[in-house]
Amino acid sequence: MTMLASIVHVMCALLLAPALPGVITRVKAWFAGRRGPPLLQAYYDLWKLLHKGAVYSKTTTWVFVAGPIVGLACAMTALLIVPMGGTAGVLSFSGDFLLLAYLLGLMRFFTILAALDTGSSFEGMGASREAFYSALAEPALLLGLVAMTAQSHSLSISGMVAAVTPVAIASPAGPALLLVAAALLIVFLAENARIPVDDPNTHLELTMIHEVMVLDHSGPDFAMIQYAATLKLWVLGALLVGILVPVRSGWWGVDLGAGIGGMVALAAVVGVIESTIARLRLVRVPQFLVAASVLSILALVLVMR
Amino acid sequence: MSTTCMFITHNGHAFPLADCPVLPIESFRQAVVDAVAAGGRLSALFAYPAGLGQLRLLAAIARTEQGDIAALTANLGEQYLAITPDCPQAHLYEREIFEQWNVLPLGHPWLKPVRFPKPETCGRPDFFSMTGEEVHEVAVGPVHAGIIEPGHFRFQCHGETVYHLEISLGYQHRGIERAMVGGPTPRTIHYAETIAGDSTAAHAAAYCRAVEALGQARVPARAQALRGVTLELERVANHIGDLGALAGDVGFLPTMSYCGGIRGDVLNMTALLCGNRFGRGMVRPGGVAFDVDARIVEQLQQWLDSTKRDARSAIELLWNTPSVMARFDGVGIVPADQCEQLGLVGVAARACGVARDVRENFPYAIYRFAHIPVSTWHSGDVFARAYVRWLEVRRSLAFIAEQLDALPEGCTTESVSEIAANHAVVTLIEGWRGEICHVAITGDGGRFAAYKVVDPSFHNWFGLAMALRSQQVSDFPLCNKSFNLSYCGHDL
Repeated sequence: MTMLASIVHVMCALLLAPALPGVITRVKAWFAGRRGPPLLQAYYDLWKLLHKGAVYSKTTTWVFVAGPIVGLACAMTALLIVPMGGTAGVLSFSGDFLLLAYLLGLMRFFTILAALDTGSSFEGMGASREAFYSALAEPALLLGLVAMTAQSHSLSISGMVAAVTPVAIASPAGPALLLVAAALLIVFLAENARIPVDDPNTHLELTMIHEVMVLDHSGPDFAMIQYAATLKLWVLGALLVGILVPVRSGWWGVDLGAGIGGMVALAAVVGVIESTIARLRLVRVPQFLVAASVLSILALVLVMR
Repeated sequence: MSTTCMFITHNGHAFPLADCPVLPIESFRQAVVDAVAAGGRLSALFAYPAGLGQLRLLAAIARTEQGDIAALTANLGEQYLAITPDCPQAHLYEREIFEQWNVLPLGHPWLKPVRFPKPETCGRPDFFSMTGEEVHEVAVGPVHAGIIEPGHFRFQCHGETVYHLEISLGYQHRGIERAMVGGPTPRTIHYAETIAGDSTAAHAAAYCRAVEALGQARVPARAQALRGVTLELERVANHIGDLGALAGDVGFLPTMSYCGGIRGDVLNMTALLCGNRFGRGMVRPGGVAFDVDARIVEQLQQWLDSTKRDARSAIELLWNTPSVMARFDGVGIVPADQCEQLGLVGVAARACGVARDVRENFPYAIYRFAHIPVSTWHSGDVFARAYVRWLEVRRSLAFIAEQLDALPEGCTTESVSEIAANHAVVTLIEGWRGEICHVAITGDGGRFAAYKVVDPSFHNWFGLAMALRSQQVSDFPLCNKSFNLSYCGHDL
């Protein structure tokens, strides 16, 4: 039964992930006094991109083509590991959190390589920023997960998240879990190229981090990148929702439903964040990310105490 | 100090060319250097054909302290000693003279093309370059990602830090000045209106004032007031649009969206005046082409009130949001002394604490009767350029309300008589970006023998390049937006 629930979660994620950017955009539009694009715009965009041809610069090699494919493969594999609330991941084993972190790392590595492969100064600049900032975001993610390991005595993410129950949050370990959630929120915003770290709406290449690395991709390749980005949003979001929505009723349908509802709420929160604060100066981003690591360490100290 | 050899005129006063002494080029050079050192500013410096194959150099120096304009002329040979080494304000003018007339300013530090009038050289100047470990070059444009005009920007960076920014323009060169020669014809006003689309009313007013001075037309008081309203509406619309765009560049949505809407409202007010949102067709030689009735005035007053309210809530949100202020404060600083050296104008100058405003320093038309206080801020950064805009929006809105309350009665246009032959006139206008300078010179038949346009962007682009020194390359779009200069106004 639990395996069925896990498979249903993966199916839901594959189907619903592109709706999350739609929710974010609608919330932002509401704040701006606009109507905004349809909720399903991301699906239309993917459909459109899949029907286009791809253009490849003569200077690029196989690495450029491999970037989007490896990226999508990594995101889908990560989706198999990540739990949704009480619903365990399909591939859940002891130590899987390391695999998750490094699947995201591999995805980034290939995106960076593909960007460098074009030889464009913009993409090189974006790749340099991505490498720098993700190097700072990674410890925050890993330390946060280690704090959860210490709290749950489980080495698999599914075990860690399942241990976050209303009882656990009310216990002395509760504040530590909230600190981990805060750290994960920062990582979530940074890794998914959202404000205040990156601006997904900007057209100004010089200010971009993630967008500028994929400027040369087109057609189905770009569709893969966009889809992988929404899956990544889901994966990291699921971790966050796992802590913040501790519905562990025992009925898998209810738990999963609460988790997916949490994802929509998280997207709405991102929309609110993006509507109310400006982007950080790029030189300030490292401080923001280091703050996430500090929160994780603090959580770890609280749990180990 | 050779004040005696300078001919003194005023903003928008026509004078016979014969009154302006032709100096030997050495004394011309010395007089320009001295006048600028004494606090003057080169509003125009250009060469024009003075007949019989003779090229003549004309300098118009705006002297803020005296409130007048010094005009100097000199005959040009094939080369002369460049003024730039002693007066940096002249550097772009001298490059222009070299490009247009092939007169070599000896000792000019770098005679790069300004506008590429010859297609074969288009976009291929030799750029400054840096070498070394971790030094990289970023080239942006002339094709951009947004809906903006073409211009090429080349950054010499060390990591994320910009050491040098070189701006190469000219992609919008249309030959406006050449087309104005032989005017005024019915077509000339349309050329003037399209020098820079966002400054339609200001350039049209500068042109009209030149024609009116040469044709001795007295513009009726009602027309002066309506011109003032049109000019200030143009300023308000653009400033509010810029503040919204600045918010957009730092990813701050609320102000961006609301300012977009408010700007639209202000443009609609201009449309209510003359049927065109950008003020085309409003300002005409001798007055304005459209009158207002009580109904329009009442409607405008209502919209003014709502605009004032909306703009206040949308824009004050910027100053009250710490994350926005963290982006604006201390970014892209232009020190006041650099501003003086480069001769920056308009918002860019006032944001350095330099109280430079044609409306105040060289009052003309309606501004002789209704003063608008000069808005300055001292810090010279993006915040200063944003905040000065907001101060000006408020003062301009108050000015418009005041004018609409007490519109003079009478007609709105006066015919322009015959244009005086062999005369010249220098008109200065404070457009929303800054000082717009038009110089018209007529020949024997009362037709323009030469027409010079200096858009504020011509002065200020170099200010942007200086503002970027030692800044983060990712802050360039923000700095650029805080200047918001015109490409077509520069390229003519």
